[in-house]
Amino acid sequence: MHSKRADNHTWRTIKSGLASTVAFISALLVIAPLGLVFFHLLVNGASSVNWDFFTKLPTPVGTPGGGMVNAIVGSLELLAFASIIGIPIGVLGGVYLAEYGTARGNFALRFMADVLNGVPSIIWGVVVYGLIVLRFKSFSAYAGGLALGFIMVPLVTRTTEEVLLLVPAGYREASLALGISRWKTIVHIVMKTALKGIVTAVLLALARVAGETAPLLFTAFGNRFWNHNLSEPVAALPLQIFSYAISPYDDWHRQAWAGALVLVAMIFLVNLVVRFLTRERVAQVP
Amino acid sequence: MDATTGPAIAAVELQSARRAMAPPSRFGDKAFEWLTLLMALGLVVLVILLGWELWRGSSLAVRKFGFHFLTTSTWDPVAEQFGALPFIYGTLVSSLIALLIAVPLSIATAAYLTELAPLWIRQPLVSLIEMLAAIPSVILGLWGIFVMIPWLRDYPFPLLKRLFGWTPFFTGPIYGPSMLAGGIIIAIMILPIVTSISREILRSVPNLQREAAYALGATRWEATRIAVLSYAKNGLFGAVILGLGRALGETMAVTMVIGNTPQIAASLFKPGYTLASVIANEFTEATTDMYLQALFEIGLVLFGITILSNLLAQLLLHTMSTTFTTRAVQ
Repeated sequence: MHSKRADNHTWRTIKSGLASTVAFISALLVIAPLGLVFFHLLVNGASSVNWDFFTKLPTPVGTPGGGMVNAIVGSLELLAFASIIGIPIGVLGGVYLAEYGTARGNFALRFMADVLNGVPSIIWGVVVYGLIVLRFKSFSAYAGGLALGFIMVPLVTRTTEEVLLLVPAGYREASLALGISRWKTIVHIVMKTALKGIVTAVLLALARVAGETAPLLFTAFGNRFWNHNLSEPVAALPLQIFSYAISPYDDWHRQAWAGALVLVAMIFLVNLVVRFLTRERVAQVP
Repeated sequence: MDATTGPAIAAVELQSARRAMAPPSRFGDKAFEWLTLLMALGLVVLVILLGWELWRGSSLAVRKFGFHFLTTSTWDPVAEQFGALPFIYGTLVSSLIALLIAVPLSIATAAYLTELAPLWIRQPLVSLIEMLAAIPSVILGLWGIFVMIPWLRDYPFPLLKRLFGWTPFFTGPIYGPSMLAGGIIIAIMILPIVTSISREILRSVPNLQREAAYALGATRWEATRIAVLSYAKNGLFGAVILGLGRALGETMAVTMVIGNTPQIAASLFKPGYTLASVIANEFTEATTDMYLQALFEIGLVLFGITILSNLLAQLLLHTMSTTFTTRAVQ
C-alpha cells in the first residue's frame, strides 16, 4: 500500500517533468522561425548590403549592382505622411478616452478601435483605393501614406489611452487643487508624465506600418525611379522586396534579401529603443 | 488730499485682487475637450468609411451576382463570371491548418512562460516572441519562398506522403507552393499573437487558484492543468478566435507561398488561393468595372468574416478578464 502510493507519487513527478519538457520544446519551436529567418537574412542579404545599396537607384534587369535608395526614401516619405494623420488623431483620441467622456460612450469607442485593429491591412488598401486612387485617377504617395495613417490611428489611440491611465490620479488632483485648469493639467502634468509611454506607442505603431506591404500594393504602387511629386506613385522598401522576391532573376533575389535585412534591422532598432524607454518608465512610475 | 486718494487706492487694490481671484477662463478647457472628442470620433469616421467604400465599390457586383457570388467557383474575368467559392475555401482551409499548428504550440508556450519555466528564462523568451511578432509579413514570405518551400518539398512533404498517402489530404504530385505551405506560414505569423494573448490570460488567473492546487499536493503540471488552464478556458478560446481573425486576413506571406490557383482540391499538396491573395494579385490588373467590383466584393466578404471572428473574440475576452490589456493584441 505504502510503496504503491510512493510509486504513484514518482509517476506524477515524472509526468510533471515531462509536461514541462514538452512545453519547453513548444517554446523553442515558437521562437525557431525567428532564429531561422534572421540567420538566412544574414547569410543571403549581408553580402549585398553595401554603399551602393543605400545610394543608387535600381538597375535594369541584367545589369548587376544598383541599390534601393529611392525605396528607402519613399518609405520614409510614406511614414512621415502617415505620422501626420496617425499621430495627432491617435494621441488626442487616446487623451479623450483616458480623460474625458462617459463610460458607455468610451466603451463604444474603445470597441471600435479594437475592431479597427483587427481589420486586415489589405482592406485598408482597398478602401483608400476607392477613396483616393479612383477619385484622382492615379496611384500616389498621398494614398499610400493615408492607408498607413489609417492603420496607425486605432493602434496609437489604444496604447496612448493605456499609458495615460497609468499616471496616478493623485497627480491630476494635486494639479487641479492648485487651480490649474483641466486642459493644462492634462497637457503639462498627465501627458508630460506619460511622455515616454506615448513616444513608445507612436514608435511601435511606426515600426508596425513600416513593414506593411499589402495596403501599399495599389495605393503607393511602387516606382523604379525617384519620385518628385507626392501625387505620383512612390517606391517603398516592402513593396520593392515583394516585387523582387517574386521576380525570376537571381540578381533581384539578392537585392530582395538585402532590402529585407535592412528593413528588419530598422524595425528591430526601433524595438530596442522602445524596450530601453519602457524599462525606464516602469522604474519611474510609482 | 489723503481723503481722496485713500479710497481710490483701495478701489484699485480691490479690483486687482478681484481680477486675481476671478475663476480661470473655461474656454481653454472646452476647446481642448472638443478637440480631443473630434479626434476620438475619427474612429467612428474610419468605421463608416470602411463600410461605405466597400459597399459602394461592390454594389453593382452584389446586385448582379447576388448570393451566387459565394457559392459558385468560376472565376473568369474575361467572361465576367465571378464566383468566390475557391477563395473562401482556400482562406478557411489555410487558416484551419494554421490554427491546428499554432494553437497547441502557443498555449503550451504560454503555460511554460507563466507556470512552468524557471524565472530567469521568462523575460528573454517573451522578448524573443515580441521580436518574431515584429517581422513583417513580406519578409516571412521571402523566407518562405527561398528557404521553407524547398525544405518542405525535399523532406517533410515526401514523408507525409509516405505515411498518410492513403488519405485524400496528402496525395498527388508535390510542387512546393501549396495549401499546406500557406497554412504553415500563416501559423508562424499568428504564433506570437496567440502566445502573448494566452500568456496575458494565464497571468490574470488569480494566484488563489494555484495556491489551492498546491495545498492539495498537486505537482506543478497538475496545478497548471487543473487550476490554471481549465480556469482560463474561455479566455484561451478567445485568444484562438483572435488568432483566427489574424489568420483569415493574412496577406503577403501567404500570397507568396500558397501557389495562387483558384481550385477546390482535397489534397493539401495542391496550390490554393485566398481572399486576401486574390485582392493583392489581381487588383491592379482589374481592367473592367465589373472585375474591380468583384474584387471589392471579395474585400467585403473578407471584411465580414474577419469582423465576425473579431467580435466573437472580443466577447470571449471581455467575459474573461479584468486585468487583460490590449498591449498584447497589437
